[in-house]
Amino acid sequence: MDLDFTAAEDAFRAEARDWLAARVPGVPLPSLETAEGFAAHREWEGTLFADRWSVVSWPERFGGRGCSLLEWLIFEEEYYRAGAPGRVSQNGINLLAPTLFAYGTAEQRARILPSMASGEVIWAQAWSEPEAGSDLASLRSVAVRTEGGWRIGGQKTWSSRAAFADRAFGLFRSDPDADRPHRGLTYLMFPLDADGVTVRPIGRLDGKPAFAEVFLDDVFVPDEDVVGEPGQGWRVAMSTSGNERGLTLRSPGRFTAAADRLASLWHSTADPGSGGTALGDRVADAVIGARAYQLFTYAHASRIAAGGAIGAESSLNKVYWSELDIALHETALDLLGPCGELSDEATEAPAHGSWAEGYTFSLAGPIYAGTNEIQRDIIAERLLGLPKGRR
Amino acid sequence: MRFLPDDEQREFARTLDGMLASAGTPGVVRAWASGDHGPGRALWARLAEAGVFALAVPEEHEGVGLLPVELAVAFGELGRHAVPGPLAETAAAGALLGRLGGDAAHVWLPQLASGKAVVSLCVLSPGVSPYALDADAADAVFVVDGDTVRLADSHGPVQPSADPARRQARPLGGVVFAQGPAVTAAAAYAADVAALVTAAQALGLGRALLERTVEYVRQRTQFGVAVGSFQAVKHRLADTLIALEFAQPLVYGAALALAADDPAAGREVAAAKVSACEAAYGAARTALQLHGAVGYTEEPDLSLWIRKARPLRTAWVTPAVCRARVLAGGAVR
Repeated sequence: MDLDFTAAEDAFRAEARDWLAARVPGVPLPSLETAEGFAAHREWEGTLFADRWSVVSWPERFGGRGCSLLEWLIFEEEYYRAGAPGRVSQNGINLLAPTLFAYGTAEQRARILPSMASGEVIWAQAWSEPEAGSDLASLRSVAVRTEGGWRIGGQKTWSSRAAFADRAFGLFRSDPDADRPHRGLTYLMFPLDADGVTVRPIGRLDGKPAFAEVFLDDVFVPDEDVVGEPGQGWRVAMSTSGNERGLTLRSPGRFTAAADRLASLWHSTADPGSGGTALGDRVADAVIGARAYQLFTYAHASRIAAGGAIGAESSLNKVYWSELDIALHETALDLLGPCGELSDEATEAPAHGSWAEGYTFSLAGPIYAGTNEIQRDIIAERLLGLPKGRR
Repeated sequence: MRFLPDDEQREFARTLDGMLASAGTPGVVRAWASGDHGPGRALWARLAEAGVFALAVPEEHEGVGLLPVELAVAFGELGRHAVPGPLAETAAAGALLGRLGGDAAHVWLPQLASGKAVVSLCVLSPGVSPYALDADAADAVFVVDGDTVRLADSHGPVQPSADPARRQARPLGGVVFAQGPAVTAAAAYAADVAALVTAAQALGLGRALLERTVEYVRQRTQFGVAVGSFQAVKHRLADTLIALEFAQPLVYGAALALAADDPAAGREVAAAKVSACEAAYGAARTALQLHGAVGYTEEPDLSLWIRKARPLRTAWVTPAVCRARVLAGGAVR
């Protein structure tokens, strides 16, 4: 058993660290949930891509470096340690790309991946519907077979950054007569500016147009934009749910970096005379929690390198990092005292509003990528072997 | 990097698990609690034969250690089976004497490795118990006070613990046999070893509690269905598993840090200790709650596991001191 990095891994870390030190903007970019911030973050994706840092784990021919999982974790640690911008391409890179690597055609990969890696095309996920949230398989949007493709219709919602994104991927009911709700679904990709598509922004809790509703009225999708076999959409989509819940969406580097910043905040603001012990304990728990997630992930990476796979275990991650994220940010806001209420848009917000923005973002963690209630059901039923019951 | 137990470590755990599963540890615990140390000493000898105590003793004193990772693996199994006795204290005494050397090491370490000597230890420092665990069962009780170490002559009256298998007593008398900065350093190392193996023991205990509770809620029916099909029950068990799963790598990480004499080892151990013990205590609360009134009764063996969780939480450094140590250093790593 060891936690050692090879000389090559150390060199990779140093290379990433040097590049980031030279390129990361000194002042944080505007929130990526706004039009202005979205554009700035898209530009940053291009900067990353130019030096092959946007998708390090992808094969070189698609703009990556063919990195191992461990190297990717190293990159992520350095990325967040450097205070680099949030990844506006994350839904494409973390959710659609793995699906294309698993189920896409060579033509689809060649056509879609390079422009995703460069930030030229930014993808939104269009899964949820007004009546299909946790019970995703009950979705009602339809895909009807037509000459050379499909015509899709219905309504998708809570689609992150769809107000600004270029294209979307989603699940559609292509066989209304299938015997089970999760059969007869097809995984399709479509442009958000196509004829028949209406995108209506929805303000998230702090009013930023981070979400959108997507109305689809008889939109044509060619056969080349079907991922996997028609009717197999559920299986295709679920192949990436592990990525979304697991370590690839929210890598430990995010949390070790945030915990470092929290510890610094504690050391710079703590007043030992003002009942600081309880807050100090919470800071310690956040630091410990981030370290635990990092080590847990190293163990996971070791298991994968030894030929293992991640299955329902990704649900453990999802609950853990989403709750850690909230606790960490709540602690930071409490350390900031009365100034903790200032929104990230306040000119005098501490740390350029990064704690306020991080807090708002963290509140969504237990909801997206499968609510934590669903994750706990999965843990109980698939990892502990408890009987299925009524939800 | 291969941050997983290797085949040999896994096999070691399996061997201990198999041996302890057939050793009737609940009976051993009940005897130990009543002051009858015979069955416990017999089990102690078998553990020594399996190589457990030699892991804490350097090679020049007839041991194979000190091997923190293997100790963590072994103590996970000791916790899983609720083995009684001053286990962490004996391992820590091995660490202390191994670092100090001298006559005491020559006399006691070979006996400690072979299981002939059951040893207790008391390190008088903030957040650590002033009692020596199971002093009445021990062949030797070492006491570290500041920069001195002595072998106690006797002990005060036995104070029962919330865990019937833990019997506490104040060490009394004895002559100082070593003094100075070397003692302070060796004692700090020994306390870290004690905290590490206590964390490992707690994790094993927590896993056993979770397994038993899962089994119980699958069998127990109310309202015509298994109570384990209720979401409130499932989610509590899921949270218990999450806490245990994320504490485990902290324990192995701390063991590696100790093995490498990493300057950050103390903080890594503190992080592991508080996480593992909180997870185990959470598992005990879950076990108690989900067994219902059955869990609140003494007679089922489950009570022996439940009652151990809270004392392990404060043994060899309290959660508050652990968190303060983590905080003092900023980030753990």
